[in-house]
Amino acid sequence: MTKLQTLPAASSETRKTGKSPRRRESPGSLAFSRSARIKGLIKHAILILVGGVMIYPLLWMVVSSLRPNDLIFREPGLWLENLEMSNYTDGWSALTHPFGHYMINSAIVVLGSIVGNLVSCSMAAYAFARLQFSGKKLFFGIMLLTIMLPFHVVIVPQYILFSQIGWVNTFWPLIVPKLLATDAFFVFLMVQFIRGIPKDLDEAARIDGAGHPRIFLRVILPLMVPALATTTIFTFIWTWNDFFGALIYLTDPDMFTVPVALRAFVDSQSATSWGSLFAMSIVSLLPVFLVFLFGQRFLIKGIATTGIK
Amino acid sequence: MSAIGELSTITRRKGPMTKEEKKANGRDNKAAYVFLLPWLLGLAVITVGPMLMSLYLSFTDYNLLQPPEWVGLDNFVRMFGDARLHNSLRVTFTYVLVGVPLQLAVALVIALVLDKGLRGLPFYRSIFYLPSLLGGSVAVAILWKQIFGTTGLVNQVLAMVGIEGPGWISDPNTALGSIILLHVWTFGSPMIIFLAGLRQIPVMYYEAAKVDGATTLQQFWRITLPMLSPIIFFNLVLQIIGSFQSFTQAFIVSGGNGGPSDSTMFFTLYLYQKGFGQFDMGYASAMAWFLLVIIGVFTAINFIASKYWVFYDD
Repeated sequence: MTKLQTLPAASSETRKTGKSPRRRESPGSLAFSRSARIKGLIKHAILILVGGVMIYPLLWMVVSSLRPNDLIFREPGLWLENLEMSNYTDGWSALTHPFGHYMINSAIVVLGSIVGNLVSCSMAAYAFARLQFSGKKLFFGIMLLTIMLPFHVVIVPQYILFSQIGWVNTFWPLIVPKLLATDAFFVFLMVQFIRGIPKDLDEAARIDGAGHPRIFLRVILPLMVPALATTTIFTFIWTWNDFFGALIYLTDPDMFTVPVALRAFVDSQSATSWGSLFAMSIVSLLPVFLVFLFGQRFLIKGIATTGIK
Repeated sequence: MSAIGELSTITRRKGPMTKEEKKANGRDNKAAYVFLLPWLLGLAVITVGPMLMSLYLSFTDYNLLQPPEWVGLDNFVRMFGDARLHNSLRVTFTYVLVGVPLQLAVALVIALVLDKGLRGLPFYRSIFYLPSLLGGSVAVAILWKQIFGTTGLVNQVLAMVGIEGPGWISDPNTALGSIILLHVWTFGSPMIIFLAGLRQIPVMYYEAAKVDGATTLQQFWRITLPMLSPIIFFNLVLQIIGSFQSFTQAFIVSGGNGGPSDSTMFFTLYLYQKGFGQFDMGYASAMAWFLLVIIGVFTAINFIASKYWVFYDD
């Protein structure tokens, strides 16, 4: 974690802005320092420009959701004259159920998926990282391959399977696969993490007479909390945003999760109600944004080590 | 090490096991299979079983109501003459071959600008990363639909400088471009992988180069790029695999029909329409296997080509 957040000392020393009183400039580096400062300014200018352009649409959506409808199509700026909350109240009750209903549905699926991923992936990861068994290499290879497998080759038979056991329009098809560790990248993430935990700790526990379940629960799990946090956060965001699975399995408006509810909203509304559509879009993004705000370091660490999205 | 790195290590290391390895291998069999039970079940029931089943279904005519009927290679022959499918392939290839390099180039450039001990790095990193978390959501696709609409944000801004922009997503010539732009917008996650990779390059290489009088550009070509090539390769493989499967954005922006005039009809969107719109499950399965083969071929080409440009330090 710290590797990403603090910069290597060497590179921060080469940056001589001269602003810090502690960093004295060596004689003769004055010209260099000035050009470095200009270079720094140019960099900041580029970054602010690019970042501004990237973030602008999101800010504009927030502002527009607080504007009367007709302004959305002729006001590209971010100035607000007065707060129009009606988009939110209208949008909240625009569909069959109040929007909160869909958020609760999403929350149930998210919660089930998190529990499923945490339990099943950590168990599999313990086996791959710490146990010796026949077929280990083969299974590990298969596990890595399934990370890259496009889900389209399994989706049709999965749908047939789940529809035959009567699970269409229930949350089970979205949750059960997570209970069976099918999100293999989390297994991989946890394997990577467990490999970094000193083996001496396992050995010590084994000498004290602990078996594998006990070592797993008492030694490894408490030490892999950061990996579990990363898994929780990514599962939250992906499941909350998941559209395809919900689109296929949830066709009854009672069971809609947020993404399919939003989609129903787009389809049902004429072009005149963009305000309330924006308002509910923002409500739907808010949980992801909060998770991003508070879980950022886990997200960044997770991506940097496994390269997941 | 990355998943791809691990995979190539496993495949590289062949040859018979030593006696000790064999003995050690079986040591924890019972415990291991208990820990692996959920995963093994998932592998059988959720992954491998359905894969084989869809392979079987691809040779049948099946609509969910009647039992599947064996039709041999019929579905594949149909695919061969299906003009809409050919179009969907063109759309998808364009999306992948333009969107992925463009996104990675932006990610790399921004990572390079961010790397050299810049003040405010965590702030910038957050700003650039946020879109890649939100980009897959229906909400952002809705936003895109408005921004690139006839009276959307983009045209409002253009109107301020006197330009009358087209209806970006209602014009078949620009609709796909708008979705590619959405992909580029989510460059934050590869950027973070690049940043982590840049940190791994030993500073002494640059110091030595500076002593030898190498320019910044030379340092980039001779040190940064070769040292970063495994990371670029890793990003390339992952992004290509992921982009072939893109669905949500095209579905929402086009209102579910891949329009205007099939210009955003991604392969996955067509597959969805065949399978879950018309319940032509046999054809959809054949398409899915075709997609798997395409992705497999692309990944294989990537791995083969990597021998010529990816540099491993070890």
